[in-house]
Amino acid sequence: MTQRMQACTGCHGAQGRAASDGYYPRIAGKPSQYLFNQLVSFRDGRRDYALMTNLLAPLDDAYLRQIAEHFASLEIPYPPPQPASADVDTLSRGEQLVIRGDAALRVPACVACHGTALMGVAPAIPALIGMPRDYLNAQLGAWRTGKRHAPDPDCMAQIAQRLAPQDISALSQWLAAQPVPVPAKPAASLPAAMPLECGGTGAPGAPR
Amino acid sequence: MSRPVRWIATALALLVAIAVLLGALVVWLNARGEEPVDATPPRAATPEQIERGAYLARAANCAGCHTARGGTPYAGGRAVPTPFGDVYASNLTPDAATGIGGWSDSQFWRALHHGRSRDGRLLYPAFPYPNYTHIERADADAIHAYLRSLAPVHQPNRPHALSFPFDQQAALAVWRALYFRAAPFESNPARSAAWNRGAYLVEALGHCNACHASRNALGATSNPLDLAGGLIPVQNWYAPSLTSPLEAGVGVWPAAEVAALLKTGVAPHASVSGPMSDVVLGSTQHLNATDLDAMVDYLRALSRSDIVAPPDPDPPYRPSPAGGKLYGQHCAACHGEQGEGVRGAYPALARNRAVLLDSTANLVHIILEGGFPPSTAGNPRPFGMPPFATVLSDSDVAALLTFMRASWGNQAPPVSAVEVGKFRSTSR
Repeated sequence: MTQRMQACTGCHGAQGRAASDGYYPRIAGKPSQYLFNQLVSFRDGRRDYALMTNLLAPLDDAYLRQIAEHFASLEIPYPPPQPASADVDTLSRGEQLVIRGDAALRVPACVACHGTALMGVAPAIPALIGMPRDYLNAQLGAWRTGKRHAPDPDCMAQIAQRLAPQDISALSQWLAAQPVPVPAKPAASLPAAMPLECGGTGAPGAPR
Repeated sequence: MSRPVRWIATALALLVAIAVLLGALVVWLNARGEEPVDATPPRAATPEQIERGAYLARAANCAGCHTARGGTPYAGGRAVPTPFGDVYASNLTPDAATGIGGWSDSQFWRALHHGRSRDGRLLYPAFPYPNYTHIERADADAIHAYLRSLAPVHQPNRPHALSFPFDQQAALAVWRALYFRAAPFESNPARSAAWNRGAYLVEALGHCNACHASRNALGATSNPLDLAGGLIPVQNWYAPSLTSPLEAGVGVWPAAEVAALLKTGVAPHASVSGPMSDVVLGSTQHLNATDLDAMVDYLRALSRSDIVAPPDPDPPYRPSPAGGKLYGQHCAACHGEQGEGVRGAYPALARNRAVLLDSTANLVHIILEGGFPPSTAGNPRPFGMPPFATVLSDSDVAALLTFMRASWGNQAPPVSAVEVGKFRSTSR
């Protein structure tokens, strides 16, 4: 499979461990349903990145699922986190949003869905640490401006639209500075029900 | 009236008369051969007719244009880019308000055969009716029966975004008077039944020359038999000649390899890329064995033996050292130090026709955007090529191509950074 996946690892790094340029995200070891949802979203135009859309256009669901399972199965060590460049107040705002959320903004804590360890939850919710800061900023920004979509109900779009740009920056700064725990695996389940309904997560009633 | 005034009046009257006559000629040319349309709703279709229609709709790749990215098949909304603006494919599902739910068989036939919509409006030839005009009536009725069997989708058609004067029905009428004539498919009694079936699939349903032929300044191809290759406008992929053995002619290929390319997207010495991936994915992989063999028969007979490679230039084209370095860095791991490739995985570049084409459009697309052949039943897990758009500059790509086109026995002219830049700007 590695030989068939040169098209992916050219940008996402050997075995999908992330590229050195700090933008193309790691795909190795992410939950397989999450990866599959992203591949379908790029192909079908819910996510907007022409290189990905053109690459995936001629591929069917069966192959996209195999691609997702291939990268999900790879266990590759993470690099050390990026040093934070923000001030203490920004980082503490970031930490607050991630761990506790902001009730006034109706923004739930990231940990409520992405797991206490923020390493995601199988099979469809991705990790938030071990990702480049620029990539996190770009994705939250794209949801906020309607450039990125997930299957309906698009909970991440609702959340991103409630966040101010400086909140997004604070979140990304804090998340990108966290070391990846060992073992670096998604959690098997969440301790409580998710605070929002999210499409594509495999939760009851959600379209897959 | 004085004499000069009388002169001017006569000349004006003559001009008006000529304009009226020309107008009448255009109207007549547009309507010639049209039977009065029968608005009787279609009779209930048989399951066999619907199944046949589903097959024919794939052979004609209707869904290829009439489906938006990620949208419901046949519900329309996809832009067909042309040099005159975007033409949006319409909703073909049987929704009465926004689709073709209220159409009769005769109205559907008139759209395919005469390029005229139910309300009498002339249709833009981005809908390839210069080819579909050759579709037989029974096949048109079967396709209509299939489309009527789909679940209706309420999705209003998007208005075309064409520039003046191309957005005018009168301009379209003049275009049609010049370039379009409704006509049935004519079989050639001197050829076999298989060859004729292949010709019908290629010219009519498959509308191959909508891409594989050059177009004039007004976007017209010369005739549905012209398959001598052409640059697809706006998308800037070069659809190679199906007649020239130096391009995509398959006269000397074993029939099984031509069939494999159309059925699976890959063959021992070639794979499809760009828009042809969509064609294999949505259309040719679904052809039954008889039709596939007929198409292969026709395509093999199309290849001309009188086109031969020009002699190698003297002095020969020289590989660029800068390009050789980039090749070693980015390409050799898969395509081999000697451009030999890996059979069944990575295409050989030595003596590869796609590398030697006069038009470098496809090479630039492939290097910048990468790509996969389609995933098909016969090749469900294709090998992919990475995109280099973010890694290589225009002059890098030019050096790389110049190297590849003059190495390992290849002899094709060098490529300039300007040429690469021209195609990069049209990469999506």
